[in-house]
Amino acid sequence: MKDVVKLSRKWTSIWRSRAWFLLPGLIGVGVFALLPFVDVLIRSFSNGFGNYKTVFGNGAFQLAVFNTLRFAGIGIPLLLASSFFVALGIYKSKWMRFLKSIYLLPMAVPTAVLVLIWKAFFHKAGLFNQLLSVFGIQPLDWLGSKAAFWVLIISYIWKNLGYTVVLWIAGMMSVSESLTEAARVDGATERQCIIYIVMPQLRPVFYTITMLSFLNSFKVFREAYLVAGSYPQKSMYLLQHLFNNWFTNLEIDKMAAAAVLLAVFFAVCSLGLQKLWER
Amino acid sequence: MRMKIFRIFLFIVGILICLPVLAVVLGAFKSSRELLDALGAVIGVTGGKVNWHLLPLYPTGKHLVNLLFYTPEFFTVFWNSVKIAGCILAGQMFVAIPAAWAFAKFSFRGRRALYISYVILMMMPFSVMMLPSYLVLNGMKLMDTHLAVILPAVFSTFPVFLMYRSFCAVPRELYEAAKIDGAGEWQILFRIGIPLGSPGILSALVLGFLEYWNMVEQPLAFLKDPSLWPLSLYLPEIDPAHAGMAFAASLITLIPAIFVFFMGQDYLEQGIAASGMKE
Repeated sequence: MKDVVKLSRKWTSIWRSRAWFLLPGLIGVGVFALLPFVDVLIRSFSNGFGNYKTVFGNGAFQLAVFNTLRFAGIGIPLLLASSFFVALGIYKSKWMRFLKSIYLLPMAVPTAVLVLIWKAFFHKAGLFNQLLSVFGIQPLDWLGSKAAFWVLIISYIWKNLGYTVVLWIAGMMSVSESLTEAARVDGATERQCIIYIVMPQLRPVFYTITMLSFLNSFKVFREAYLVAGSYPQKSMYLLQHLFNNWFTNLEIDKMAAAAVLLAVFFAVCSLGLQKLWER
Repeated sequence: MRMKIFRIFLFIVGILICLPVLAVVLGAFKSSRELLDALGAVIGVTGGKVNWHLLPLYPTGKHLVNLLFYTPEFFTVFWNSVKIAGCILAGQMFVAIPAAWAFAKFSFRGRRALYISYVILMMMPFSVMMLPSYLVLNGMKLMDTHLAVILPAVFSTFPVFLMYRSFCAVPRELYEAAKIDGAGEWQILFRIGIPLGSPGILSALVLGFLEYWNMVEQPLAFLKDPSLWPLSLYLPEIDPAHAGMAFAASLITLIPAIFVFFMGQDYLEQGIAASGMKE
């Protein structure tokens, strides 16, 4: 009898253990992310550095990396700058809530919903060209030429502008009001306040926004794929296209090496970010 | 004064941003004839220019009726989307709420290292996780089932991160007081943690719904059978010759997302703001 009580106590103590809070999540993350990633890591070295050499020498990989970096290099600064100005404009405006909803709306719109509209808009005989022709600009085949890249940039900014504006505004809210007040009393102009007081304090926010924008830049694959398919115009062939096409042909070794490279790149970026924050 | 002009400019940009969405909504009520005239160039039936009037010339509900009453496959696909998004979110609640609570309120060895690895995992784009997920899912014989899309997403670390932030804001004293009064750990979570941390939970639900309603990469890679597809893969497959159907289906797809967006806008903004803050 005593043993039964003991045993049941032991069970209750195990049952009440705090480990249960974390365990299901940890097991899931382990099974679905960490362990298979280790498997991928091992596979990537299945013939020494051979897979990595193949991947680096692969033309499609070079193109996809180039396009993805070019996209990030042009799209992110454009997004950051435009959203910063929008945030400055609507921050403290009495229309802030309304304007924020308008700018956030694209975030709620599933990409697939707009496929036809995008096609009609960017078609050679489409609305965008008609609009440009008012300014005397020659019509372009936006989806079938190098200009396709800019279509992606436009839809990236369209989709992410509101998200980034909200991030900036959240940062601006945390800038101490008393400092700007004091500066204004000392005769600083609005612009000086922004440049010398608000912007330096937004530095940590700036790092996160950059990282999140980079992560979101991978999602333009959706627009590219749904509008233009598996093999779009060369300038919008992204890393995710490459992974998909390798996946279709089950080129596991190449995928493994490329996935490891990308993971290392992202891990270094986010850890570097952490370091920048703590400085 | 300059600010005023700038704000008017922001209003105009805001309206431009909403135009594509409005075009889809109103497009669903255009007659087949009008759509054919407007999109002839895009569909490739007729030449000429894309000629799009925002307002339908002869509004008709025919496409919606056709879609809702005579297209049973649309229901299958719609249900697929509901099932996928619903199961993912429900699963995430079970896994992420206790995990986030544990990170916020318990101290244990390796907490910080574990938390950082969760954040790094959160930052990985699908390209990185595609092959690892495939290896596990294939091993479990789950490829080409809805579970292949649902399970990896259930263990996403992003909701943990969002909820963690709002659980941290629950005062430590409350936790200690409940403890002294003899409440068990789970009781504290349900009576104190969840009610007080609900903004973070709702943020995770709203952001999650918008994300999973628009899921493209995962179903594209892991679901071969079109009868299992969610709306985001089905919509672009509708023959553009039936543009009316395509627009009606787009409108129906848009409604739940817009509904969640407007109902949850405050939580959406809080969630975005929280995702931009350091630990």
